[in-house]
Amino acid sequence: MSRRPFQLDPRLLVSGRVLSALDWRHGAALLVMFAASLTFASAQSAAAPPATPSALATLATWTPHILRGFVLNLVMSFLAMALATVLGIGLGLMQISPGRLLRLPARFFTLLLRNSPWLVILFAIMYLLPIEIRIPGGKPIEFPDWLKATLAFSLPVAGNVSEILRGAVNSIPTGQWESADGLAFTRAQTLRWIILPQCIRRAIPPWMNWYALLTLSTPMASIFSVHEAVWNAQSSMEAAGARPELLLPFYLFLLCLFFIYIYPIAICTRKLERKYAVAT
Amino acid sequence: MLLPPEPSVTEHRSWPDESPIVSLKDVHKSFGSFEVLRGVSMDVRKGEIVCIIGPSGSGKSTLIRCINGLTPIHQGSITVEGQEVNDAKLDKLSLRRKVGIVFQQYNLFPHKTVLENVMMAPLKVLREPKAEVEARARALIAKVRLTGKEDAYPGQLSGGQQQRVAIARSLAMRPDVMLFDEVTAALDPETVKEVLVTIKELATEGMTCILVTHEMGFAREVADHVYFTDRGVIVEHGSPAQIFGAAQDPRTRQFLSQIL
Repeated sequence: MSRRPFQLDPRLLVSGRVLSALDWRHGAALLVMFAASLTFASAQSAAAPPATPSALATLATWTPHILRGFVLNLVMSFLAMALATVLGIGLGLMQISPGRLLRLPARFFTLLLRNSPWLVILFAIMYLLPIEIRIPGGKPIEFPDWLKATLAFSLPVAGNVSEILRGAVNSIPTGQWESADGLAFTRAQTLRWIILPQCIRRAIPPWMNWYALLTLSTPMASIFSVHEAVWNAQSSMEAAGARPELLLPFYLFLLCLFFIYIYPIAICTRKLERKYAVAT
Repeated sequence: MLLPPEPSVTEHRSWPDESPIVSLKDVHKSFGSFEVLRGVSMDVRKGEIVCIIGPSGSGKSTLIRCINGLTPIHQGSITVEGQEVNDAKLDKLSLRRKVGIVFQQYNLFPHKTVLENVMMAPLKVLREPKAEVEARARALIAKVRLTGKEDAYPGQLSGGQQQRVAIARSLAMRPDVMLFDEVTAALDPETVKEVLVTIKELATEGMTCILVTHEMGFAREVADHVYFTDRGVIVEHGSPAQIFGAAQDPRTRQFLSQIL
C-alpha cells in the first residue's frame, strides 16, 4: 500500500464550514419567500389609505440607501479580513516558534480570541478605544465607530487564522523538514521556501470560510449605529412610516443581498477544497 | 581586486586520500531510555563505498543520520573531513555542503517541479547565480536519466523516478560524501534497479557513499566495505567477500541465512 504523505485532516483546518453547506436551493427558497412577502405586504398596503405607496415602491425608493450601507459592510469585511490575516499570520508564526517566550503568549492570545463571543469583543473594543487618538504635537487622529467595529471583527478571525496556520504547518510531514535540513536550509529558509508555500493552498478554503463568517457578522455594528446595510434598512423603514408590513420584505431583501454576495464565494471555496483534495 | 577563494568543490576535493573522510569513534545515542547506538566506531576513506546491513531496529538509520548531524549524539565523536559533528557550535552549513543525504521516502518538495527541486538549495542556501545552477541542475537531471521530466511535479513521477530526483537534488550541493538511508525500501521491485544503477554510477565516479541497505546483491557487488550491525553495535565488518562468504560471528551468519 502506498503511503500518502501529504494527506490532511480537514478537521484541523476548517472550523465553521458554513460555506460547504450553502446550496443554490437556499437562494431559491429565499427568493420565493422574498417575493411572497412583497406580494403580501403590497396587498396590505392596498387596503390602507390611498396615499400609501406599495411595499414594492417603498423598497425601490430606499434600495440605493440600503445598498450604500451594504458597501460599508463590504469595506468593513475587506479591512477586517486584511487586518485579521496580518495579525493571524503573525500570531500563527509565533505559535509554531520553538521558543517558549513567543509560543506560549501566542497560544494564549489565539485561544482567547478564538473562544470569546464576538459580541463581547465588539462591546469591549467599542467602549475601550477612544474616539480619537492624540499624538503629541500632531493632529488628533479620528477613530470612527465603523473603524472600531472593523477592528473588533478582525480579532476573533485573527485568532482563527492563527490556528489555521498552525494546523497547516503541523500537517506538513516531518520528512519535508528533514530533507530541507539535510540540504542546509535554516529553519527560517525552510519555512519561507518549503513549508509555508505548501500551507497556502491548504489554508485558502478555511480562510475564505472565515471571510464569509466575518462578512455575515458585520451587521452587528448596527448596534452602535454604524450606517451599514441593516441600520440603513431600519432607518428606511422608519422614514417610510414604520409600517409593520414592511418588516418582512426589507429583512428578506437584506438576506438576499448577503446571499448573492456569499454564494459565489461558497462555490469557489468548494471548488478549491475539491481541487486540493484531488491534488494531494 | 582580490576575491576570496571560491569555497566550492576544489576545497573539499583536496581532502587527502589516505586519512578517513568520515570517522566515527565510540558513538552512543539513546532515545529516552533506549540505547540505539552503543559505541559504534567506523572509518570511511575517500571514494569508498560502504554498506551497512543488519536487522531492523539495529540502529542503521540512526547511525547514518548522525553523520550529517540530523540526529545529535550523546557521546563519542564523528568527524567529516576533520570537522567535528558532535559540537554545540557546529557549522551546519559547512557540514551539509559536504554531506548529502537521500531518504527512504524521497521527501521531494511537492509544490516544486523537478528542476526547481534540484535548483532550490544551491539558489536559496548557497545563493549561487541562477544560470550556473540551472545548467548544473539540468546536467544532474540528465545524469539520473530524467531528461524531459524537468517540468514535471513529483506527484506525477513513479517512486523510482522521484528517488532519482532526490539523488540529483542532493548532488546539486556538490557533496563529497553521500548518505543513502534505505533508499530502495519503499520502491516497487521493478524500479529498484534504476535507482541502484544511478548509485552505482556515482560510486564508479569516485563519490564516497555510505548506504544503509537491504539489497544484499547490490552490497556484495558494489561495496568496498560491509558493516553488519545488531542491537546498536557493529558486530563484524570487512570486505563483501569476507562478510558474505566467510562471516565469523554467528549473528552475522544467522542474519545472512535468513535474508539470502
